[in-house]
Amino acid sequence: MTKFWPTVAALMWKDILLELRTRDIVISVLAFALLSLVIFNFALGPSPQITPVVAPGVLWVAFTFAGVLGLTRTFVLEKDQGNLVGLLLTPTSREAIYVGKMLGSLFFMLLAEIIILPVFAVLFNISPFRPELLLVILLATIGFASMGTLFSAIAVNTRSREIMLPMLFLPVVVPIIIGAVMASGTALEGGSWSDMVKSIQLIAVFDVLALVFSAFAFEHVLQE
Amino acid sequence: MVEPDGNGSLAIKVRGLTKVYGPQVVLRNLDLELSWGNFLIVFGPNGSGKTTLIKALSTISRPTEGEVSVAGFDLKRNPAAIRRNIGLVTHQPLLYGDLTALENLRFHGKMFGLTNLEERIEKVADLMGVNSFLGRKASILSHGMQKRLSLARAILHDPPILLLDEPETGLDQEALEMLGQMMGAGERGRRTVVMATHSVERGLALGNRLAILSGGKIAFHEDRANIDEAMFKSTYGRFTGVAS
Repeated sequence: MTKFWPTVAALMWKDILLELRTRDIVISVLAFALLSLVIFNFALGPSPQITPVVAPGVLWVAFTFAGVLGLTRTFVLEKDQGNLVGLLLTPTSREAIYVGKMLGSLFFMLLAEIIILPVFAVLFNISPFRPELLLVILLATIGFASMGTLFSAIAVNTRSREIMLPMLFLPVVVPIIIGAVMASGTALEGGSWSDMVKSIQLIAVFDVLALVFSAFAFEHVLQE
Repeated sequence: MVEPDGNGSLAIKVRGLTKVYGPQVVLRNLDLELSWGNFLIVFGPNGSGKTTLIKALSTISRPTEGEVSVAGFDLKRNPAAIRRNIGLVTHQPLLYGDLTALENLRFHGKMFGLTNLEERIEKVADLMGVNSFLGRKASILSHGMQKRLSLARAILHDPPILLLDEPETGLDQEALEMLGQMMGAGERGRRTVVMATHSVERGLALGNRLAILSGGKIAFHEDRANIDEAMFKSTYGRFTGVAS
């Protein structure tokens, strides 16, 4: 068996290098997310009464659908060029392949979110740079990428993969999205840690379950 | 000969292999044995199950029934050990088009945890004649160059067993001759090779064992030395219904 972390690092580096050359994921994710924010901004207007109520939902709609768009691409490149077979032929554990792909997706999603947040702040006149909100975003994105990587591997083998991924994946991550919207709302309203603890716990528990389940199920998803 | 990890007396041992995809039985109770150092050609028309057999031997596809042992390792119990002992070349190059040839080899070597990676890259690049285009993206290489790079990738970890699934697909005549030379001169006797093909001429020129896959089974398996070309072509036609 090859060493776990060096192979995870090699997979991540390969995905980052490919993305730097093709810009397939980040550009499409950013374009979608930024357009969503602009449309919501025009639709809802600058009302100080409405904005705090809808802002957490708007933020997570942008993150969620942009994230799904990015996850769709996670295995497409591997599958379309036959490289998934190449990966499966290596003695690397399937868990290492899963973790490598998951960390790659997490990296791109966090990168997109770092760019989206300042735009969100300007458009909705809200300061999102609070430690509570940043923690919620980090935890929810980990859960999203953990489960999304598994579902991306499932969807890539189906004929209508662009449709199948959101259909299969979104119902499963509803708890994480609800938890993230609730905790983000509290954080944006200036709530304390104690007000958010239940939502953060929900997201953290989901993260652990998603990671363990996905790492276990990944091998069975890839096997013919 | 390249030394295998396992202790099996046979390079490949298949017993009662059945593979079913939905309603279709592709391989039906297939038996196959191959000793170390042999070059087996598996002939068969399109859809006869050659690719499915190669997929099963390379651990990509799990058998519906039956036992598969490669390099002395059981497919169900120790697939990772089998992967360390095989190299696979398919009609797809299994290369990342946006990575350079060198980056492709480096990535593949890292996935195998090779400690002498740069040394191995230098060796296989020399052997396969890919030195001159190591810095070029795989996507801009010709089919022939990609195939050479694909072969370099497959033997980078120096596996004792090489599995080739119609490696000639998409190659022009010059590239085909080069592939034949490399597989003949470089690999004969050094590695155990299983090559699936529907090209009877090429198979007869390369292999020292010949098999015909028909009806999901090995219908014919003989030493090359025991048969002449005309007899084999007639046998091939009889089993497959395809004139060669």
